[in-house]
Amino acid sequence: MQKFAVPIFVGLLFGFFVVTAATGAMNLYWQSVFMFMGINIILAVSLNIINGYMGEFACGHAGFMAVGAYVSSLLSVMLFAKDKVFGEALLNPDLALVLFPVVLLVGALVAAVTGLIVAIPSFKTRGDYLAIITIAANYIVKSTIENIDAIGGARGFMGMSRVTKAMEKTVDLPWMTIWVFIGTIFTIWIVWRFISSTYGKGIIAICQDEIAAEIMSVNTNKMKIVAFMLSSGLAGLAGGLFAHVLGYVNPGSFTILKSTEVMVMVYLGGMGSLSGSVMSAILFTLLLEALRPLQIIKWVVIPLMLVLLMHMRPEGIMGNRELTDVFPRLKKFVSFKK
Amino acid sequence: MLESIIQNILNALQWGSFYSLIALGYCLVYGVLLLINFAHGDIFMVGAYIAFFVATFFLAAVGLPGWAVIALCVPLTMALTALVGVTLERVAYRPLRRKGAHRLYVVITALMCGLILENGNLALLGASRRLFPTLVETQVFNIGGIAVTNLKIAVILVAILSFVFLETVVSKTKMGMAMRAISYDKFAIPLMGIAPDKVVVFTFILGSSFAGLAGLMFAMSYPVLDPYMGALIGWKAFIAAVVGGIGSVRGAFAGGFLLGFVEIMVVAFFPSTYRDLIAFTILLVILTYKPTGLFGVARFQKI
Repeated sequence: MQKFAVPIFVGLLFGFFVVTAATGAMNLYWQSVFMFMGINIILAVSLNIINGYMGEFACGHAGFMAVGAYVSSLLSVMLFAKDKVFGEALLNPDLALVLFPVVLLVGALVAAVTGLIVAIPSFKTRGDYLAIITIAANYIVKSTIENIDAIGGARGFMGMSRVTKAMEKTVDLPWMTIWVFIGTIFTIWIVWRFISSTYGKGIIAICQDEIAAEIMSVNTNKMKIVAFMLSSGLAGLAGGLFAHVLGYVNPGSFTILKSTEVMVMVYLGGMGSLSGSVMSAILFTLLLEALRPLQIIKWVVIPLMLVLLMHMRPEGIMGNRELTDVFPRLKKFVSFKK
Repeated sequence: MLESIIQNILNALQWGSFYSLIALGYCLVYGVLLLINFAHGDIFMVGAYIAFFVATFFLAAVGLPGWAVIALCVPLTMALTALVGVTLERVAYRPLRRKGAHRLYVVITALMCGLILENGNLALLGASRRLFPTLVETQVFNIGGIAVTNLKIAVILVAILSFVFLETVVSKTKMGMAMRAISYDKFAIPLMGIAPDKVVVFTFILGSSFAGLAGLMFAMSYPVLDPYMGALIGWKAFIAAVVGGIGSVRGAFAGGFLLGFVEIMVVAFFPSTYRDLIAFTILLVILTYKPTGLFGVARFQKI
């Protein structure tokens, strides 16, 4: 039962999204809501590695997202679409379908390397000072992008919609939905495997007590590098998907406010809880959509709810537990190795 | 060349004054509670708006002359902003402290309170920018080719006086001693007959009132107000406090002026879009080599 439950569930979900989106049973609005849900899940789960499992306070996640978004957008437009800046497409647009995951992965890798900006100072600094470094990293990435005029600077960059259109021309399926779904499942899987492995336990050890972890032969510096790079790489993946879903990126959408949003999701779900992050990302996206008619008051209501949450239930929805701890019957189907 | 350098130094002093005044508030609260009060930048914004309303009320409704308005504006703005700060502490932070919640939750609450203040202001007052009335005619003194306005001198003087005042309060008075004692050992404080809550409220009054003063000065120097003006300045003042070494008044003051200098000099010699980039890069370098800031003391962890 355990062996097949999760693949069957994921397969059913995947089938549901693809079929409803392809036949037009699900309208475009709901498609986009589900896509943003997936992107938010990736962001929340990846930040949970740092803020939840490692117990640091990082609040510059949007910076890495920006790196991934820009690198993958530039690459995909350069390779598969005709553009004012880059001229003709370098490759046949029919290849976009096959090579798109590669483009996303390159974006994620560059974002992971950018994560070193934070990882290297984190050897010595902890707590509040590390928080500042992450904020600074976010600002540095944003201002760097704003100052490169070749890719549009503060005006932003567009043309990714041509790539997604090229994909749909090759095989007529809702490709962006599929990629976001695959990316989300990939993220959850990789973080789950990482955290439940003996190797990944080093991160939880750092959270408990760094000095003791060092004494118990956890290479803390290496572990921190791994954690930060994995987290920022996945954020870059989310950024790449985000850019292609919207078809337009500009540095203004990767500010501290975006980072704050991701942080809200992590703490709403509960630190160090994968299922909590997933649930809170879903809830948060729905909340944002539900409160859309309130316009500006939305941004008063959401922080207010979080403040109330911190007062009533500071550990978040799940609070360092997984779904199987709350509903033990689920253990028949999934096992979270703790 | 020399004249332009001196001119830039004066501008940097003015710009650094704002940072210092706000950074002082960050540093006081951090020193006592070990809490990054992320809403502080927005308290500065609230202070500027309070100053705006007070000033327009006295100018338009009462019809007082400019100097009298300033004389009324300074204490009123400081008092009202302090009230906002204390209310925030009462409503948002104290219940959490009473519960003994994790530091992180208080920090998140602070961040969210900042967002509430910003967007609440936007929702209440609309997105139109307000123009701060001119209270004092700007006089320009020309000293050997260097233009100095009376406002610039006033801002720099106010910052320095505030620093001297706060330094005296923290190092010489009983209340200051209590503040330092709390940051040293918060469990022994009630045993010594000091009410910790009183000290915390006093700290918030000090920090917020100086943020209000900074808001008034800022509104007089750059008379366009908008609800998001506190966000970026707040973050940067916080960074200034950290570079100086958070928890020391001197550090906050020095850090504020340092950041002001860096920013103005970058704008003087590079395109102005590079300002944030270079300022933050310098911060990263400083923190990589001196992880506890310039004036900070390294804390050793006992095993």
